[in-house]
Amino acid sequence: MALNRKIAYINLTTGEVEVKPIPLDVRKKFLGGRGLDAYLLLNHSEKGCDPLGPDNPLIVSGGFLTATCASATARTHVMAKSPLTGMLGSCNMGGFFAPEMAWAGFHHLVIKGKAEKPCYIFIHNGEIEIRDAANIWGTTTTDAQWAIRDELNDQEVKSMVIGPAGENLVVYANVMTGIKNAGGRTGMGAVMGSKNLKAVACRGTMDIKIAHPVEALEFNKRFIDQITSAKVNKTQGILGTPMIWGATNSWGGVRTRNFQYNQCEYADDIEPEAIDEICEDTMGPYHMSGCFGCQVHCRAQYRIPSGPYKGKYDEGPEYTSQGAFGSETDTPSAETVLVGNHLVDQYGIDNLEIGSLISWAMELYEEGIITSQDTDGLDLRFGNDEAVIEMIHRICYRKGKVADALADGGIPASKIFGKNSFDYLIQVKGMSNLHSDERATPALALNIATSSRGSDHLRSRPAIDLYHLPEPVLRKIYSSPIPYEGPLSSEHTEYIGKAWQVFWQENCYMGVDCLGICKYHTTFLGATLPNFEDWPKVLYYNTGVEFTPEELWDITERCNMLERLFNLREGLTRDDLEKGDMLNHRYFDEPCRRGAPDVVGRMIDKEKFIGMIDEFYAHKGLDAEGNPTSETLKRLGLANEPSHML
Amino acid sequence: MEKKDKVLMINPEKCTGCRLCELVCAVKHDGVSNPARSRIRIMKWEMDGVYIPMACQQCQDAPCMGVCPVNAISRNDELNRIEVDYDKCIGCRSCVAVCPFGAMGFNSIDRKVFKCDLCDGDPQCVRFCEVQAVEYVEVDDVAILKKMEAATKLQATSHKIALKEA
Repeated sequence: MALNRKIAYINLTTGEVEVKPIPLDVRKKFLGGRGLDAYLLLNHSEKGCDPLGPDNPLIVSGGFLTATCASATARTHVMAKSPLTGMLGSCNMGGFFAPEMAWAGFHHLVIKGKAEKPCYIFIHNGEIEIRDAANIWGTTTTDAQWAIRDELNDQEVKSMVIGPAGENLVVYANVMTGIKNAGGRTGMGAVMGSKNLKAVACRGTMDIKIAHPVEALEFNKRFIDQITSAKVNKTQGILGTPMIWGATNSWGGVRTRNFQYNQCEYADDIEPEAIDEICEDTMGPYHMSGCFGCQVHCRAQYRIPSGPYKGKYDEGPEYTSQGAFGSETDTPSAETVLVGNHLVDQYGIDNLEIGSLISWAMELYEEGIITSQDTDGLDLRFGNDEAVIEMIHRICYRKGKVADALADGGIPASKIFGKNSFDYLIQVKGMSNLHSDERATPALALNIATSSRGSDHLRSRPAIDLYHLPEPVLRKIYSSPIPYEGPLSSEHTEYIGKAWQVFWQENCYMGVDCLGICKYHTTFLGATLPNFEDWPKVLYYNTGVEFTPEELWDITERCNMLERLFNLREGLTRDDLEKGDMLNHRYFDEPCRRGAPDVVGRMIDKEKFIGMIDEFYAHKGLDAEGNPTSETLKRLGLANEPSHML
Repeated sequence: MEKKDKVLMINPEKCTGCRLCELVCAVKHDGVSNPARSRIRIMKWEMDGVYIPMACQQCQDAPCMGVCPVNAISRNDELNRIEVDYDKCIGCRSCVAVCPFGAMGFNSIDRKVFKCDLCDGDPQCVRFCEVQAVEYVEVDDVAILKKMEAATKLQATSHKIALKEA
C-alpha cells in the first residue's frame, strides 16, 4: 500500500545507497511530502552548511497521497538549504514525476554529497542507479529529458532535470519536469548543479495498494465534482492562471516598473483573453492540458506566433510570466511574455525571480545606480523588450558584470551595485516577490513577510480575502477544524483578524503540500474547496490510516514550526530586512498610484503591520522575537529536534 | 426503444493528457494504483502537445480472438465486448503480439493478459473524464457525431473566410 513506499538515501560522493521504510509513527507526525522533507532537512543538515556544498542535502518527495486514487496528487516537492536565501529552500511542481517515483518504489529521496562528474540518478522498480550524464550536461531541460528516455530506451521515463541555469549555479535556477512544470523557487536547481546532478529519472510499474478501492473511487468522483464545480477552477480550465493576472491588474494589484506602479497600462496584448487567442490560433480549440489525475486542466499549450522564436512549442504562460516579463518590466507584449516563458522553461530558471531582478536592475539603470558601461551597452530601460530577453540569456549564462551579479541573487547583487540599490529591491529573506502588489491588502502583505521561504504567495496567502465574503462565511471557513472566536473582517484593506487567516492558510497549504495535492484543490482561490474536514476520508479510503481534522491541523502546525526552526537556526531575525519577517520600506512609504478606488493611495501602515506580526506570532506560539516558546515546542512534540528518527 | 450497442468513442483532440483514466481503470479492476495495469493508456507527443488515449476497439473481426490457440477469447454480444476466459487462457501472449492497437496487455505481476471489459457497461474512464475525451456512445451515433465535429470545423473556417472577404 501507499505506506510501503520508502525513503532512499543516496550519497553521490561515495555512490552508496541506503533504503529505509517510513514508519507509521513518523507518518502520523509529519504525514509526508513537504512536512516530512522539513523533518529530513532539519535532521540531515548542519547549521551554517554551504548551500552549494556537498553537505547540503537535496530532498525530493511525493506526498502521502501521491499516486493514490485521490484527486490531483501530481505534486513533487524539493527541499534543501537555499543558495538564494541561505535559509529554507523549498519548491513544488506539478506534472507526472512524483507519481512515477512512487510507482518506482519511493516517496522520499535524500541526496547528499557531490558526484565527481556530471551524473543522473535512475530509479526503476526499487532499484537505484547513478549513471553518467556527460552527454546530457549542457542541454536544455526538454532535450535532457528526451535524451534520458532515448538512452534508457523507454519513452515512459519521467525525469526531474536542471537546465543550463542550474549547471551555471545561478542561485535561483529551478528544477523542471515535462515541458513547463517547474519547482521554481529558492534555487533547488543550483543545488542539483552543485552536486553535478543533472537529473533524477524514474520509471515504475509497482502497485500502490488502495486500502478501500471502491470507496476511494467513489469519493474521488465526489471530490472531482466539488473541485470542478468551483467557478474559479472552471475559469482556470479555460484561461489558465493568466486569468488571475488579468483580474488583479484591472483592479490595481500588479507590480509595474518594479514597484513604481501597481497596474500595467496598455496591456491589451497580454490580457488573458489575448493569450488564449494565441493558444487557440496555434494549437486549436482544445489547447488546455493537465497534470497527473487533475480535471482542472489549467495549463495552456501554445506556439510562439511571431518573431525569431516563431513556431516554438511551450506550455503556459502562467501569470507569473505575464508579471515577470510583462508588467514588472513594463513590456506588455505577448511575444515578449511567451518568449520569456519559453526561455526560462528551457534554461531552467525561476521566472518570478529573474523577472523581478531584471525589473529591479531596470529601475537602478533609470536611477543611474548602474550604467550602460556596467551593462556592456545594453539599454536597460523599462519597456525595452529586447533588453528583457537579452538579460534572460545573460543571467542564465552569467554573461557580463550586471547579469553575473544578478545570477547570485538580489541581496548579493545590491552589495556589488552599491549606493542605495538595496532600497529598491522587492524581497523578503532574500527572495523576490511575485508580481503582485500587496499595499492595498494587509493580509497578503503579512503573508509574504512571514512566509517560510521568503516573499511568496503560495505558503500562506489568504487569497479569498479579496472576495469580500460575508463574515459568517469567513467564520465558517476559518473556525474549523479548531475554533476561532476572534475578530474577522470581510474588508481586504483591514488589519483585524488577518493574522488568523494567514495562520490558518499557512497550515492549510502545508496540509496539501504534505499530501502532495495541488493548491487549486483546497481553500486557495475558491472558498468552497476541500480542506481539513474533507481530508480524513480521502486519507482513510486510500491509505487505511485514520486521522481526525484536528490531528491533521496539529501536523501542519508542527511541520510549519519545523520550517521555522530551520530558518531560526540559519539566522532568521524578526525585523532584519535581509533575513527577517519584514517588508521593504516602499510598502510603508510609497502609496499605490493607480487602480480601483479601494486601492489607489493605499500603503501598509507600519504600526498596524507590526501589530499583525505580533498577533501572528501569538497564534503560532512564538515569543515577541519570533522564537517558539518551550511550551509550544512541547505541545507540538518538537522539544527534542533534531531527533534523528530517519 | 433502448439500444445496447455501445462503444468507446475516443476524441484525442479533447484529451488533456492527465491520465486520470489510467488511474481509475487500475483501481476499478485491480484495486491498486498502477498505470501498467490500466486497460486504457495515453500516448503522448509532448513537444507537440498531442495526447491520444488508446484502448480496445472491441473489433468485429478481432485478431486476438482469431489468434488464440485455445479459443479463450470470444465476443460477448450482450455487453458488446471481446472477453478473455481465464479458465481457458494459457498465457501465451499471442493476442498481445497480434493486437494492432496494443490494447491487450500482459501484467507481469499477476502473469496474466488483460483487456478492456467496458466495466460491464459503466466505463470508469468515461465517467471520470470531465472533458469527454472518452465517451460511451451508440455505435450508430459515432459516425454522425464525428461528422458533426468535422462539419463544425468547416463551418468555423468558412465563417473566417467570409469575414476575410468582407
